[in-house]
Amino acid sequence: MSPKPQEVADMIRRSIPDADVQVNLYSGDDHFEMQVISASFVGISRIKQHQMVYAALGDQMKQAIHALALKTSIPKESI
Amino acid sequence: MSDSVAQQIDQVVKSNDVVLFMKGTPDFPQCGFSQRVSAILNAHEIPFAAVNVLLNNEVREGIKAYSDWPTIPQLYVKAEFVGGCDIVTEMHEAGELEELLAPLKKEG
Repeated sequence: MSPKPQEVADMIRRSIPDADVQVNLYSGDDHFEMQVISASFVGISRIKQHQMVYAALGDQMKQAIHALALKTSIPKESI
Repeated sequence: MSDSVAQQIDQVVKSNDVVLFMKGTPDFPQCGFSQRVSAILNAHEIPFAAVNVLLNNEVREGIKAYSDWPTIPQLYVKAEFVGGCDIVTEMHEAGELEELLAPLKKEG
């Protein structure tokens, strides 16, 4: 049983407290689309940003990560 | 990951300008994400080495440890891990992939 979008968002915020997280499902109950905006991404490569999110999701999300469309960015005011 | 697999991966990544570790082949991709990245590379008309990870589970798992990246496909340019489907798509749309690949086209 894959986690609910809200649970996924909570997991992210536990590791990246200032994160603005948008999670929604698309097609079925295990394909996630997620946007994560955080000031902690400033000056960090996209790869590192995504790795931070994957680390926040932890092991139980290993399966769900395969169907995760992820977009990370920094807050508008940091640009 | 055994040393030999790590060496195999390292050797492929370092001896080809552009390498795509994917599920299936460019002509017969076995996953939507792999299909999209190979299509993006074809759109850039850049030759690339494709490694079908479905043929060897050690490579399929080893590449994830090699780059500390949990999914396939994985794109490498000049032995640098560029990203998976999301990042390559984002770079493609932002014109960053064109910039990255341009010098390779002149060499080719």
